[in-house]
Amino acid sequence: MSARDDVLARVRRALATDEPSIGDVPRTYRQRGDRPPGDPALIDLFVERLTDYRAHARRTTTDDVAGHVARAISEGLDQPGRDRHAPPRIVVPSGLPTNWLSATDADVIPDAGLTVDELDACDGVVTAASVAIAETGTIVLDGESDQGRRAISLVPDLHVCVVRTDQIVETVPEGVARLDPGRPLTWISGPSATSDIELDRVEGVHGPRTLHVVLLDG
Amino acid sequence: MVMIEGGPFRHDADPNTATAPRGVGHLRGDVAFPTAARAALTDSQLRRNIGKATGTIRAKRADVVAEVADWEQLREAGRACKAATMARLPELLVQLEERVVAAGGTVHWARDAVEANAIVVDLVRATGSDEVVKVKSMATQEIGLNEALAEAGIAALETDLAELIVQLGDDTPSHILVPAIHRNRAEIREIFLREMPGVDPELTDEPRRLAMAARTHLRRRFLSARVGVSGANFAVAETGTLSVVESEGNGRMCLTLPDTLITVMGIEKIVPTWRDLEVFLQLLPRSSTGERMNPYTSMWTGVHPGDGPQDVHLVLLDNGRTATLADEVGRQALACIRCSACLNVCPVYERTGGHAYGSVYPGPIGAILSPQLTGIADNASLPFASSLCGACYDVCPVKINIPEVLVHLRARHVEERRASRTVPNAEELSMAAVGWVMAEPRRYAAAQRAARAGRMLAGGRGRIRSLPPPLSAWTASRDLPAPPTETFRDWWARTHADDDRSDHTSRASSSDSGRHTS
Ligand code: SF4
Repeated sequence: MSARDDVLARVRRALATDEPSIGDVPRTYRQRGDRPPGDPALIDLFVERLTDYRAHARRTTTDDVAGHVARAISEGLDQPGRDRHAPPRIVVPSGLPTNWLSATDADVIPDAGLTVDELDACDGVVTAASVAIAETGTIVLDGESDQGRRAISLVPDLHVCVVRTDQIVETVPEGVARLDPGRPLTWISGPSATSDIELDRVEGVHGPRTLHVVLLDG
Repeated sequence: MVMIEGGPFRHDADPNTATAPRGVGHLRGDVAFPTAARAALTDSQLRRNIGKATGTIRAKRADVVAEVADWEQLREAGRACKAATMARLPELLVQLEERVVAAGGTVHWARDAVEANAIVVDLVRATGSDEVVKVKSMATQEIGLNEALAEAGIAALETDLAELIVQLGDDTPSHILVPAIHRNRAEIREIFLREMPGVDPELTDEPRRLAMAARTHLRRRFLSARVGVSGANFAVAETGTLSVVESEGNGRMCLTLPDTLITVMGIEKIVPTWRDLEVFLQLLPRSSTGERMNPYTSMWTGVHPGDGPQDVHLVLLDNGRTATLADEVGRQALACIRCSACLNVCPVYERTGGHAYGSVYPGPIGAILSPQLTGIADNASLPFASSLCGACYDVCPVKINIPEVLVHLRARHVEERRASRTVPNAEELSMAAVGWVMAEPRRYAAAQRAARAGRMLAGGRGRIRSLPPPLSAWTASRDLPAPPTETFRDWWARTHADDDRSDHTSRASSSDSGRHTS
């Protein structure tokens, strides 16, 4: 018997005597929040939760998104003791709106299949997002062309993420409902962190050590 | 394990293959719990480290759980979802396999640790690589994958900071979530200075500096890795989606940068539908790290063209899980999402640390899971390694009734011993004496009150040098519970009156010590 058939047979045998019933999952928990996506109170909550986990957040409108992206890049790279190129090298996914980058003086490098080493030579990345969850301070990337493949938001040390305020939902269930499981998904809640040393939280280990979120109204 | 005709406990028809095999992996200790616990209790540094860490995380967890108004509804949904999963496991496994294959992945099945290790070794060999990067995974620790890879000449690099500390310190994990919880910052600095080639000799013990040293140490290895090995926190049968929940970004590195990704997952990690993740992604981070959400959660479905590994494998592991499933009471242990909240509230774990349990699964969950995976005879003392205070049940995000399973396994152990017509050896006598204290509700209630008081007295200062009563019978004379009105031997004679004593064989060999030494 193959291992597959054997394991399946064992599972069936283990359940055979009592045939446990398949109860319904009681979904009496909150399935949606009290506020619609993009509600001002939700945006405030999202910002509070982001900053609680030491991400940086700023709000802007379409008119000034390029200015805020530029400032997020320069502030994000202005960290003591960090090497950076001059001008800084910023990788972007192919579908990122080009006008978001019109104000930065960084070297903008579109990702056309950069190697890992080429990515490692980038100081930062700018992406969009697919969903944000206010209660947990989470942004989710799904590999859409304005977010790119997973490696580009992982290897560079600074991640600037532009979130449209109408993408912000209140609860985890609302976030899950908006996502397509067929896509590669990365849920990001603050910069990378560890609590492995005496459970003392330290931000910034292997993923981007700095996360700037630019909230774009309307 | 033995067959018991008409007995209350059912056993798999082929116990030798259904439980996790001996001689491979890390489910059995070299010494039984009482002995290991006694040794751990003399290490005051260890107790201080653990007391401080568990105290911190208990407070964090309590804060973020209190924020969630529907926490009890989420727990109930989590419990029900896992119960339904177990009831439908055959069809869900087949569905998961179909979806992963349809998305370009390859699915392998392993009856046990030996088979799983062989599958992974073969897959790595086929890539030509002699190194793999690993993201922390309980399943691969359980099966001893790193040792199997080393035997095949393949280096396995642990990339989780705590696992790295454990690996560099030539140590073993002592906690599910924070495997190096028994090490303080000064000890970690020592290990890094000694074991990390090229480390800055000026390294201080500041956690930030230590974390940066780990980043530098691993960076090149991540960027050049060709094979990644992971576990999975959840696998969605409906979609074929696998998920890893982590903090540092080492998981993302392992899951994204290599060409080949091999995921080893226990068959119980399935959830039926995509939507079920909305429950577990709320329960897990708050229960484990005490965060509203962990920094990174990755989800992938087979191969994503142009994004991440293009050669994706899933190894589905039994290794005693079907034996656990066969026990109607004990199977709830398979619902565990490995949050480790039960460890952090356990007065026994707080005093002994994780190593005393002898298995990769320590604490209350280990006390009910390890003996079921191996067969009770091989981990016979673990179901007794609890004061039954119930704190673990209260915090468990999927409502596993750990005290209920403990009591059940104690009874099963006695049944099995009776059926095999052997009298207990010395170690089992001491364990059974503890069980005897607990068998009497009144006596047990008194012990439980004492346990709670003992916990309060300890107050995180780690001064208490014994286990909470009644387990203190194992460890310290001054904490002995009131002497029972009947001796254990009298009780044994009375309750085993139907046994023919002349037929009893008292085996004193090491194989009868309740633990397998490997
Ligand atoms: S038994 Fe419950 S509390 Fe313990 S680790 Fe598993 S899920 Fe968490």
